[in-house]
Amino acid sequence: MHNKKGIIMTGSIVGLIAVLLVKFGNPANMGFCIACFIRDIAGATGFHRAAVVQYLRPEIIGLILGAFIISKFKGEFNAKGGSSPFTRFILGIIVMIGALMFLGCPLRMVLRIAGGDLNAIIGLLGFILGIFIGVKVLEKGFSLKRNYKQSSLEGSLFPILNIFLFLLFIVMPTLFIFSTKGPGAMTAPIWISLIAGLVVGILSQRSRLCMVGGTRDMIMFKDNYLMLGFISIIVVAMIGNIVFGYFHISFDSQPVAHADWLWNFLGMFVVGWASVLLGGCPLRQLILSGEGNTDSVITTLGLFVGAGICHNFSLASSPKGPTTNGQIAVIICILLLLLFSHFNTKSNNKI
Amino acid sequence: MNTIDTCGMSCPQPVLLVKNAIQSNPQSLSILADNTTAENNIKRFLTNSGYDVSSSTANDTITLLATKNE
Repeated sequence: MHNKKGIIMTGSIVGLIAVLLVKFGNPANMGFCIACFIRDIAGATGFHRAAVVQYLRPEIIGLILGAFIISKFKGEFNAKGGSSPFTRFILGIIVMIGALMFLGCPLRMVLRIAGGDLNAIIGLLGFILGIFIGVKVLEKGFSLKRNYKQSSLEGSLFPILNIFLFLLFIVMPTLFIFSTKGPGAMTAPIWISLIAGLVVGILSQRSRLCMVGGTRDMIMFKDNYLMLGFISIIVVAMIGNIVFGYFHISFDSQPVAHADWLWNFLGMFVVGWASVLLGGCPLRQLILSGEGNTDSVITTLGLFVGAGICHNFSLASSPKGPTTNGQIAVIICILLLLLFSHFNTKSNNKI
Repeated sequence: MNTIDTCGMSCPQPVLLVKNAIQSNPQSLSILADNTTAENNIKRFLTNSGYDVSSSTANDTITLLATKNE
């Protein structure tokens, strides 16, 4: 799976499954969206009260458990953590604020491009610039320091928690809050969602698929391995969208999207920069959290809390456009990224 | 021989450390890694940079040996 055929196959299957999930009921251009789905789970568990985005997305649970099962099976489960956990938590919040300004994580950005949403091309430009800045920071010696070996139980707790959450969802669904309208009410059947997550989790663990890694490795090492996965998703999802009649090329009236180019650009700029500092996109963080990396668990919790912050304080955009609070938050995030980048580089990290 | 310890580093720092190390064009170097992602990324990078790479694993630590090919 570490060869080019493996990553192209993974990207192609992810693209295909993403389109099929829309066919089965997920919102348009949102077969998968790590940011949106974690946000929906935060809503379903009452950590925010935005009535249109509350559902316990089994795809997320499947992704984590798919990575957990295959890494155990292949001997790659590796419990470790302790690499600047609180900085990672804040970076997780920052990624979520950027993603909900744009309305999607990097994976959904790719799926939006594949659906003909031209706003996502603007997002991509911001994303690439953010990655470029992140790479420059890495080259200056940025580091969140080493992680350390942890107990197997510590590394397994998060996947086990997800199994528990899924069982509760099946046995006592009344514990949770579910949207009756809006994107949160558009859902593929539970078992299809779970299996889709498991399959993509397994493939992503094997191939190391990462949306930020593609561009980063091209800039840093002229290595196109991860970029091939990125492109494969776009190509296959675009073909799928055309076949099913979901492909509409325009800026306006795109599903769960707005057309404010500046804030689409800046939202994904923040996501790109913060994701490079974290070492991977939100999808990759979920996969690593299934492999026993508790730093990625902390990052995922940052995404979760970030989703609560975004909706409780009106930072998240809607199809009408960005909010003033959201714009202020994105600017604060850029300032924080500057600070984190500066104080975690080799020459400045004595402070 | 120069040894680079990439254990505990998150992506892409292991490869970045190796990239910095080969700027002086060494004939050989050894690298320690603690996960297969870093191992594969380093191998791919060194192979593309004109090195032959072999690896062995002991006590959860992967040791990569790279020598410049002619």
